Amino acid sequence: MSARLPRLARSFSSSAARNLATPVAQKPVLNKEFKIYRWNPDEPATKPTLQSYTIDLNQTGPMILDALIKIKNEVDPTLTFRRSCREGICGSCAMNIDGQNTLACLCRIDRSGKDTKIYPLPHMYVVKDLVPDLTLFYKQYKSIKPYLQNPNPPEDGKEFLQSPEDRKKLDGMYECILCACCSTSCPSYWWNQDEYLGPATLMQAYRWIADSRDSQTAERKEVLQNEMSLYRCHTIFNCSRTCPKGLNPALAIAKIKMELAAD
Amino acid sequence: MLSTRAVGLSSPLRQAILGRALVRSPVALAKRSVQTESLPPSAAVDILNQQRLRRPSSPHFTIYQPQMTWIPSIFHRATGGALSALLYAFSLAYVVAPGTFDSAHVVEFVAGMPDAVKYAGKTLLAAPLLFHSFNGVRHLGWDMLKFMNVKGMYQTGYTVLAATAIGTVGLVLM
Repeated sequence: MSARLPRLARSFSSSAARNLATPVAQKPVLNKEFKIYRWNPDEPATKPTLQSYTIDLNQTGPMILDALIKIKNEVDPTLTFRRSCREGICGSCAMNIDGQNTLACLCRIDRSGKDTKIYPLPHMYVVKDLVPDLTLFYKQYKSIKPYLQNPNPPEDGKEFLQSPEDRKKLDGMYECILCACCSTSCPSYWWNQDEYLGPATLMQAYRWIADSRDSQTAERKEVLQNEMSLYRCHTIFNCSRTCPKGLNPALAIAKIKMELAAD
Repeated sequence: MLSTRAVGLSSPLRQAILGRALVRSPVALAKRSVQTESLPPSAAVDILNQQRLRRPSSPHFTIYQPQMTWIPSIFHRATGGALSALLYAFSLAYVVAPGTFDSAHVVEFVAGMPDAVKYAGKTLLAAPLLFHSFNGVRHLGWDMLKFMNVKGMYQTGYTVLAATAIGTVGLVLM
């Protein structure tokens, strides 16, 4: 039992060089300080704080997520954050790093020697540490009916066909992974998230408005035709500036406004 | 035992290994570090709602990086509000006391001031007016789907700032 356990402990360590059979020349120590937002729901009276962790970058992977995992494995197992795919396709590790919303797995660690501050997505209720409550965000997404609506299936009973030009209209929108970076960067969404849908949801609303196979275009536009759902967008552009996938929600929203104005 | 504690498996492992033999002894029961409580599934909603009530809201504009996006947006709104307030205040003042707040009196009042105050006042009026006007044109462009990407946002942003600076100098020297 005791012979096996040290090996188990070592497998939790993310410092690869220590596990090699033959010793290699150790890189010099490059310490960096990470200041991370902490709040524990088990002690709700304690105010959220920034906790400082210093780790050696030469024993860490290149991305912020590598640093977080290293801290959790080797320094403080109570540090809580979401992560899954580590390659920018699941959207779980969205957080505010050095003042910008992005995915921790796509964000390189700044090696200039300055400390890095990590907060949860802005103006969201915090479940614990870096984990925000996304319940409302998902409800808003559900509210725009993000699926194909067409009561008249094609004659041959097979698939809905679409020209290459019509298909091209969906590029830059269908790639959204719903990480919520854009919505939580939007000041309008900060102040009005109970009524304003936010850039991520609005871009998906337009993704279905623009889809040539969907027949409910008029109904989809009708639900946005009010003061709050769409028109709280003041073209601030934080959404497009921050999108870790390089998409342009501001353009999609402007197109909805244009189409609603033309109706 | 020490090595198990190092990886945080101490309590469950100890129970798995030793628990079976000792579980009937009252001494072992008293030593259990974690007490569990049986709750019906319906209690989950109450517990979740209790947690939701206490959750803090994460910090927002105090920690967000100042960018060409939202900082000019704030100033656009602030300058728009300030200029409107000035316009309404002057118009209402003219209605209330037309003899005091007409153009001739204002010109006379300003003419009697020292140069430093004149230049400062002109800057204070010209900069917000020009910024709000140029940035307004930028917004009209966006509404027509022009410059509607991050690159266009930066280019038009710096253009607005440059035009405001040049225009302010021009108006102040007039």
